[in-house]
Amino acid sequence: MKASAGGYARAESVRHALDLLAGSDGQGRVLAGGQSLVAAMNMRLSVGDLLVDISKISELSGIAVEGDTLRIGALTRHAQVGTDPQVQAHAPLLKDAVAHIAHAAIRNRGTIGGALAHADPAAEFPACTLALGATMHAEGPDGSRSIAVEDFFEEVFTTALNEDEILTGITLPIAEAGEMQILEEVARRSGDYALVGLCLAKRAAGHRVALFSVGPKPVLAMGAMAALDAGDLDAAVDALSAEIDPPSDTQASAAYRRHLGGVLLRRAVARLKGDAA
Amino acid sequence: MPQVAMTVNGKPARGEVEGRTLLSSFLRDNLGLTGTHVGCDTSQCGACVVHVDGKDVKACTMFALEAEGAQVDTIEGQAGADGSLNVIQQAFQDHHGLQCGFCTPGMVMTAAALLKETPKPSEAEIRDYLEGNICRCTGYHNIVKAILAASGQDAGAIAAE
Repeated sequence: MKASAGGYARAESVRHALDLLAGSDGQGRVLAGGQSLVAAMNMRLSVGDLLVDISKISELSGIAVEGDTLRIGALTRHAQVGTDPQVQAHAPLLKDAVAHIAHAAIRNRGTIGGALAHADPAAEFPACTLALGATMHAEGPDGSRSIAVEDFFEEVFTTALNEDEILTGITLPIAEAGEMQILEEVARRSGDYALVGLCLAKRAAGHRVALFSVGPKPVLAMGAMAALDAGDLDAAVDALSAEIDPPSDTQASAAYRRHLGGVLLRRAVARLKGDAA
Repeated sequence: MPQVAMTVNGKPARGEVEGRTLLSSFLRDNLGLTGTHVGCDTSQCGACVVHVDGKDVKACTMFALEAEGAQVDTIEGQAGADGSLNVIQQAFQDHHGLQCGFCTPGMVMTAAALLKETPKPSEAEIRDYLEGNICRCTGYHNIVKAILAASGQDAGAIAAE
């Protein structure tokens, strides 16, 4: 089947894009890299959208270190995130995540902002930003605002962004000296969505653990984090098991996903120790 | 309907398209370049891989209008003007890297992207890079051999399956 669209407009600037969205009578749909949206449209899961193509807005692309934060423009493509030396140095979790995202040809088009705004619960980047404590930056008709990642993801495919807003970029605290960031996931096929995935960051202040594909949005595993801070891995696995409520579907049962969460936590901690030794 | 203009295989191409017209549809239906195959329309099979501004992309998951002003390269632009196969195509023929041929345009374009990035890939790197291209005939083995050979490496060195 082929896509059905209500129209297409190429935005020349963020302001132009916001005007197009404002004039779309609620039908506007931001087209960034399109690697989820176009496939969904081809499957007619999404019909009649007025596409607002922001992909030519060059100011929304790029990676920069500003003091102790790393800024990544919303239109920065996955392939660029995966090969950028600043990402490698300051947020290696994102680089590792890229290797798990789909295939090379998709990573050449897909954008980090698109992936975050799409908020697929099985996607890597949302959980990575949660683990790293990112801040999302949005632009709307009334100006710009920042949204803490903890408040950003709300439901399946649903974020705190309003319909008339555009995600313009994210900022992340750059990794501390000695900080470790690890991503583990289990998927049925290379490049497929994770059955369960886990991001672990170890900082001087403590551990951060975020999971994906275990519910409608990425989950910060506070109980597991506290137990890891106390040095008790078994307690962390138990806490993790209690604080996630994964779904059963045709891919995996809830019990299997819950089990995988613990397995991935143990693998991640083993890597933490192995790498530190 | 909106107009779109791009460069395809080094030649200017333009046409009228709808907003929803996929790049794969524009290439096939407007330009008659039916070498770009469409297997799934949902980014999974890789038969439609083309290069846009030098990068491999799935032409079924991009609208034609998104390619405005871009340099697009398809399987039709791979052979020489006299029809002589390029090194990758020749290697696919020499190593029997195809049977029905449906996936082959995407395989060749993906291989070309890989070899541009990694001129001497290992067998593992080749298999990893082909994860977005599905072949239902060959079992991939001869495709991997062909790409090894196209990169000037010894295709006979990989174990038989």
